[in-house]
Amino acid sequence: MITLEHYLFLGAIIFTLGVLGIFLNKKNLIIILMSIELILLSVNINFIAFSAYINDISGQIFAMLTLTVAAAEAAIGLAILVVFFRNLGSIEVNKINQLKG
Amino acid sequence: MILYSLTFYLFSSVAVLSALMVISAKNPVHSVLFLILSFVNASGLFVLLGAEFLAMILVVVYVGAVAVLFLFVVMMLDINFVKLREGFLQYLPFGALLGIVLVIELGILFLTDRSSNIYNNQTPLQPIVSEVENTKMIGQILYTEYFYLFQICGIILLVAMIGSITLTLRDKGGVKRQNIDSQNTVDASIAIEKKKVKIGEGI
Repeated sequence: MITLEHYLFLGAIIFTLGVLGIFLNKKNLIIILMSIELILLSVNINFIAFSAYINDISGQIFAMLTLTVAAAEAAIGLAILVVFFRNLGSIEVNKINQLKG
Repeated sequence: MILYSLTFYLFSSVAVLSALMVISAKNPVHSVLFLILSFVNASGLFVLLGAEFLAMILVVVYVGAVAVLFLFVVMMLDINFVKLREGFLQYLPFGALLGIVLVIELGILFLTDRSSNIYNNQTPLQPIVSEVENTKMIGQILYTEYFYLFQICGIILLVAMIGSITLTLRDKGGVKRQNIDSQNTVDASIAIEKKKVKIGEGI
């Protein structure tokens, strides 16, 4: 029997993996962006699980909003990454302070 | 019910394992492909929860657009990924400890809530019961109750689009562009030049 808790646990595990990805690959900007996507996916899982739990469709609307924000964030993040790589020839995060505004 | 449980465990375990591979794969191209696998499995879970429209949107938006964008950037830029992996093993023990503590704490949070009467979470999770289908249900509420939210979504996407275009737009020298303004303001005095050509010499 699959209850709400199962989905919450799944969301928690994926969220933790996303946080760990930021922590472990702290030099690689691409993996950090992918980890943020994983975190947002876990948020979506929680939204939809609660939506089914309280029998209300509103949760799915907010999951859609999360999806929009995630797509926008990925686009801008990758654009910044491309510009950063063009200027410095590397995507190491610890060099990012050279951008200076 | 057994089939439902089996499907849940199948989808969720593949999603978790591929999420683990996303953060630990050596090759970033593999990372992106595992991210796609993770999203596809998550959309399978959404179907189990009765959110068919969002499941399809997840596949279209994430797998079709975002993941391909990632793949495009990873392959387009010539990045030395070996150098970027320095420090991965150094932080691994501490990171693993941090992750385990975080999962255990979240688990304790969910399990202790069981004793409270705020919500009875021992009922199996069912898709929303309704006579209209999921997509129609979302449409009925999205364009009425959450209309402003929907518009704000559009504005967010517009700003993201303009932002990423202006960020990556670069003015290369030596590119010939059509200048409509100067084309329209041209007249005979600057377009035509009269020369006296001597016979047998040319210009």
